[in-house]
Amino acid sequence: MKKAKQIKDLVTDFDLYAPKLVEKEEYFVSGHRACQGCGEALAVRLMTKALGRNAVITCATGCMEIISSNYPFTAWKNPWVHVAFPNAASVGSGVEAGLKTLRRKGRIPDRRVKVVSMGGDGGTADIGLQALSGAMERGHDMLYVCFDNEAYMNTGIQRSSATPFGASTTTAPAGKTSFGNRRWKKNMPEIMAAHGIPYVATASHSYPLDFMNKVKKAVNIEGPCYIHCYSACPTGWRSASNATVKLGRLVVETGMFPLYEIEDGIYKMTVDPPTKRRPIEDYLKLQGRFRHLTPDQIKYIQERVDVEFDKLMKKINKN
Amino acid sequence: MSKRIGMEVAIAAAEAVALCRIDVAAVYPITPSTHIAEHLSDIVSNGELDAEFMTVESEHSAMSAIIGASTAGARAFTATGSQGLMYMHEMLPVASAMRLPVVMAIGNRAVSGPLNILNDHGDIMMERDAGWISLFAQNGQEVIDMIIQAFKIAEHRDVMLPVNVSIDGFILTHMVEAMEMPDQEEVDRFLPPFKPFETLHPDQPVSMGAFAGNDIYTEISKSKDMALVNSKKTILQVWKEWKKQFGRSYEPIESYKTDNAEILILTMGSMSETAEIAIDSLRAKGMPVGLLKLKLWRPFPYDELKKAVKGVKVLAVIDRAISYGGSGGPVCGEIRSALYDERNRPAIVNYIIGLGGRDVTPEDFMMIAKAASQAEKKAPKDRYVIYGVRE
Repeated sequence: MKKAKQIKDLVTDFDLYAPKLVEKEEYFVSGHRACQGCGEALAVRLMTKALGRNAVITCATGCMEIISSNYPFTAWKNPWVHVAFPNAASVGSGVEAGLKTLRRKGRIPDRRVKVVSMGGDGGTADIGLQALSGAMERGHDMLYVCFDNEAYMNTGIQRSSATPFGASTTTAPAGKTSFGNRRWKKNMPEIMAAHGIPYVATASHSYPLDFMNKVKKAVNIEGPCYIHCYSACPTGWRSASNATVKLGRLVVETGMFPLYEIEDGIYKMTVDPPTKRRPIEDYLKLQGRFRHLTPDQIKYIQERVDVEFDKLMKKINKN
Repeated sequence: MSKRIGMEVAIAAAEAVALCRIDVAAVYPITPSTHIAEHLSDIVSNGELDAEFMTVESEHSAMSAIIGASTAGARAFTATGSQGLMYMHEMLPVASAMRLPVVMAIGNRAVSGPLNILNDHGDIMMERDAGWISLFAQNGQEVIDMIIQAFKIAEHRDVMLPVNVSIDGFILTHMVEAMEMPDQEEVDRFLPPFKPFETLHPDQPVSMGAFAGNDIYTEISKSKDMALVNSKKTILQVWKEWKKQFGRSYEPIESYKTDNAEILILTMGSMSETAEIAIDSLRAKGMPVGLLKLKLWRPFPYDELKKAVKGVKVLAVIDRAISYGGSGGPVCGEIRSALYDERNRPAIVNYIIGLGGRDVTPEDFMMIAKAASQAEKKAPKDRYVIYGVRE
């Protein structure tokens, strides 16, 4: 136990100096067409830095595909393929199977190449859930990263099953008889954890080292891993483009999106929220999508956030 | 040395796939293609074939996975039919647009609804415009041969397109037939190792499956069409090589007793064998009738068709699917269009038979031939007839 604590302390200290050690090379390069202040593009860039050269990426249809691969241009220095919306995971599993057998047969260099599949929340929690579940269940040596901006942003801000309660979207708009989206956000990390895969984590682009450490950890684990990365979307959330990083911090400080990991079933908080969590209103008020909410509705959401946070803490404290 | 075997055709199909030394197979169970997958998994499990056998959670993922495997540089295969084929529909035009030489065996089966697991061609006809090379086998031997040919055609540098082989569900897939199975050395000699054009590997990073706007989509579509049209040259070349090595000949449209024929029946798939029996019998009675067997559905063999019907008075096209509210039989619609510009084209009649596993017998073809023989003098009332409807 003592040793474990020492390592944890070291890691904490390490994070103070680590920015200097972050990969200088860019694999998701400038010139792509993401909106100003796009949290997802920032997160993808951080992911590729953590992955380094030795990865193959399969990408679902969505913002990140559209903005990065407008023929004949590409923003990708990693080998990258897009096939369709629902199947980043199944394409990834096929790539993994292909590389595995070709390596075994000596037709490609004899070294491990990590397959990473990525999609937005729609491509992950909705239309891509079956393919993702299948790929995870089959135990491929791959990492899936969901970049969650909480609605179908590429098609124009329609609600997904990852849209938070109360958010106004173009298919769940706030109106005279509606407060916006009526459903609670689907808990993807728990669904993935239920697959019994070796590693599941949440991340935020506003905690770059935490995110990159998780990507690196997942890459080193042989088997299926899942990271759910919060990605602020100024266009869809009607937030200021310079508030992206702030939002990514507030969502953690309010306890709405805790940063934790589940390694071999063991829950661990990786970024401790403040002892006294900030009220969710601090987070909500910066975004146009929540502007219509009444104090009562905000209170209702706060109660749910508190309950969910406590549930998670129980799992964490168990270990 | 090829070996004379008696075997269920689906099992033989799996043996043929294994002889092609595939690297990855991804399959999802669907009757009547399932025996292909099952036997292939036996072969892999017994260590007779070094491949990854993926039991995916849907046909959509089966096609997605072999697309992924192919981008990695692997030789990849799947088998499906009917609902499964339609479930992977979204992925089929992507495979051809990405120019990935994957191969798919289709155990042809009627599509729902109502649910029906028996044979017709409704499934493959729905995928007609996906940009795949599409072959139709008439018996077990052709299934073995076409699967091996399919990889060679698909992977040829002048082609680089996916290929599907239609195998009539149950009528072929579950039939035990006498066939010749080539041995490994022969197949190795015929089919060189797969040399992919580009692969997904960090040693030489490439981006695949890019987004294309209105400035380039038309050009990409045209290049795909050209690739498919031009693939016929390679298909004919591969069939020539096949004949040279294995002695069995293949043509886009195979003729049977067409000398001096005034009436021709055109069929696809296993019913061609049934039709032969009818032709033999009618010829014995002195009726000038012959048979055309369409083996190559895509790219469509326009020149061969025009040549085959020269001087013929009536062409009866037999479809095993319906283009609802449209041309009647999808094959006949194609053929009418193909012959429209011909000065001396035959009268064309269209019969739709054998839907959802309804038996097709030699007697049916005899009836059709007799009815068709009247069409030269008097055009039929209907553009197509759904044959044998119980009223």
